[in-house]
Amino acid sequence: MSAISELSSISRRKGKATAEEKKANGRDNKAAYIFLLPWLVGLVAITIGPMLMSLYLSFTDYNLLQPPEWTGLDNFTRMLSDARLHNSLRVTFTYVFVGVPLQLAVALLIALVLDKGLRGLPFYRSVFYLPSLLGGSVAVAILWKQIFGTTGLVNQVLAMFGIQGPGWISDPSTALGSIILLHVWTFGAPMIIFLAGLRQIPVMYYEAAKVDGASTLQQFRRITMPMLSPIIFFNLVLQIIGSFQSFTQAFIVSGGNGGPSDSTMFFTLYLYQKGFGQFDMGYASAMAWFLLVIIGVFTAINFIASKYWVFYDD
Amino acid sequence: MTTKLETLPAPDKTPGAGKPTNRKPKVRESRGTLAFSRAQRSKALMKHAILIVAGGLMIYPLLWMVVSSLRPNELIFREPGLWLNSLEMGNYTDGWSALTHPFGHYMLNSAIVVLGSILGNLISCSMAAYAFARLQFTGKKLFFGIMLLTIMLPFHVIIVPQYILFSQIGWVNTFWPLIVPKLLATDAFFVFLMVQFIRGIPKELDEAARIDGAGHPRIFLRVILPLMVPALATTTIFTFIWTWNDFFGALIYLTDPDMFTVPVALRAFVDSQSATSWGSLFAMSIVSLLPVFLVFLFGQRFLIKGIATTGIK
Repeated sequence: MSAISELSSISRRKGKATAEEKKANGRDNKAAYIFLLPWLVGLVAITIGPMLMSLYLSFTDYNLLQPPEWTGLDNFTRMLSDARLHNSLRVTFTYVFVGVPLQLAVALLIALVLDKGLRGLPFYRSVFYLPSLLGGSVAVAILWKQIFGTTGLVNQVLAMFGIQGPGWISDPSTALGSIILLHVWTFGAPMIIFLAGLRQIPVMYYEAAKVDGASTLQQFRRITMPMLSPIIFFNLVLQIIGSFQSFTQAFIVSGGNGGPSDSTMFFTLYLYQKGFGQFDMGYASAMAWFLLVIIGVFTAINFIASKYWVFYDD
Repeated sequence: MTTKLETLPAPDKTPGAGKPTNRKPKVRESRGTLAFSRAQRSKALMKHAILIVAGGLMIYPLLWMVVSSLRPNELIFREPGLWLNSLEMGNYTDGWSALTHPFGHYMLNSAIVVLGSILGNLISCSMAAYAFARLQFTGKKLFFGIMLLTIMLPFHVIIVPQYILFSQIGWVNTFWPLIVPKLLATDAFFVFLMVQFIRGIPKELDEAARIDGAGHPRIFLRVILPLMVPALATTTIFTFIWTWNDFFGALIYLTDPDMFTVPVALRAFVDSQSATSWGSLFAMSIVSLLPVFLVFLFGQRFLIKGIATTGIK
C-alpha cells in the first residue's frame, strides 16, 4: 500500500479495531517507545517544534539579531499587497499545473508503450529512468542553462534548419517553459510506478474484453484507466506536493534571482530571498505557512475529487 | 523479496523472488507466438522506433555534455553533434583547480555528509519501522498517521526555526545540521518503506525467536535486520543520491568555502565564471554526476523496486 492509500484507510477504518489491536495485554509500550525514541525526538525537536515556532514567528518581525517583535497580522497583510509574491504564486502555479500533468502524461504514455512485452525493456526503462535521478542536481541545472542559452545546444540544432532561436532562458516569455521542460524530462520515477501498476492488472480482463470484441481504445478506457486510477492519483498527489517545493533548478538557471524579470521567481525562491537574503525571518515564516496551507488545500481538493474518478478494487 | 508486488494474485505468477522484471510480458509473448502475425511484428517495430527516438532525445543532452566536456571550449557554442576529433582533458584539470580548493575537497565534504546521512537513516528509520510494524503500543495509530503526514510536509515550514536553532548551537558551517536530522529519522519516507518491508516478513520467525527467549532488541538485530537487507539497500541508495544532490540544505547551512559540498561548490563555480569556461564547468558537472551514475548502474534493481513497491496500492 502506498502512503496515501494507507492514510485514507486509517481514516476509513476509524473505530473498527482489529482483533490484534484489541489484545490490550499484548502491548509492549516500553520496548516500542525505546525503538521509537530517535523518531520521537526528531518529531518534537526537528519537525513539530520548529513548525509551531515558525507559526509564532509568522506573527512577528524578526531579523535574527533583535528578539522577535509581535506585530500581529502585519506579515499577512503585507503579503496581500506584495506584488512580487503574487507574481511568484503565478509562476509556481503555472509550473505545477502545466508541469505535473505534462510529466505524468508522458510517464503514462511511455509506460504503456513499454508494458506490452517488448524486447529490451530493462534497457529502455533504465534510459528513461536515469534523468529523474539526475534532474534534481545542480549539474543538470547547469546543463539546462547552457542548452537553452542563446548559443546553447537547442539553438545550435535550430540553426542547422536555418532557424534563429531566442535566448530561451534570457527571454521572460520562455524561461519558465524551459524549467517546466526540465521537470517533464524527469518523468522516469512516475513511469516506474505506472509500469508496476500496469503489471498488476490481471491479463484475463483484457482477454475477456478481446473475446467480447473490445477495441484497444475501449480496453484502455474501460480496463486500464480505472484499474490504474489509484496509481495516477498517487502520482498526482506526490508530484503536486513535490513541485510546489521546487527550488534548485530555478535557482541555478536564473542565477539565484528568479530572473529574467521575475519570470522564474518560484514561491520557494522568493521565500529563500526574504528569509536568507534579507533575513526577514518573520515574513519568510508567514510565507512558509502560506505554502503549507496552499499545499494542504490542493491535496484536500485532490482527495475529494478522487471520489469521482479513482476506482478502488476492494 | 517479499513485497506487495509479489503477494498480489497475478495469473502469471511464478516463484523466483528477487527477480522483479517482466514476468507478464513473457507470458504475453508466448501467447503471441501462436499467431505472430506481420501486423504484430510491425507494431512492435513501431514501438521500438518510438522508444529509440524518445530515449535518444532524453539522453542526448547528457551525452552531449560528456562529449562537450572533452572538447576545446569554443566548440561548445557551435558543435551540436557528438563527434570528437580529439580528446581534450584540459577542461578537467582546469575545473578541478578552479575554486579555492581542489574539487576533491568538496567531494570529500559531500562524502562525509552522505556517509553520516546513510548511517543515520539506516539506524533510526529501521528502529522506528520495527516499532510500527511489529509492536503494539498506546498511540500507535496516531503516531503512524503523523509519520505518514510528515512525508508530505514541505521542508520550508520548518527551515527558518531550524536554522535559528542550529545557528544558536553554533552549527552553521558544520555538517551537523545536515546529518543530525537523519539520525532522528526525519526522512519518514524510509520509515514507511521499511514498515512495508517488515510487514512482509513472516511473523512466525519472530515468534520462534521469542519462544527461544529472545527479547525485542535481539529479535530486531538477529531476525528482522538480516531479513530486511533489500530495504536497507534501497534506503542506502536513495539516501546517497538525494544527499549527494541536496542543494537547499547545503546552501543555507554551508557558507564557508571550506565546508562546501559538491552542489554548492558547483553553484559557486557558475557564479564565479563568465560564460567563457563552460568546458570546465561541464567537466566538473560530469565529475559530480559520476557517483550518482555509478550508484544507479549497480543499484538499479533496488531503486526500481523501491519506487515501485512504495508507489503501489
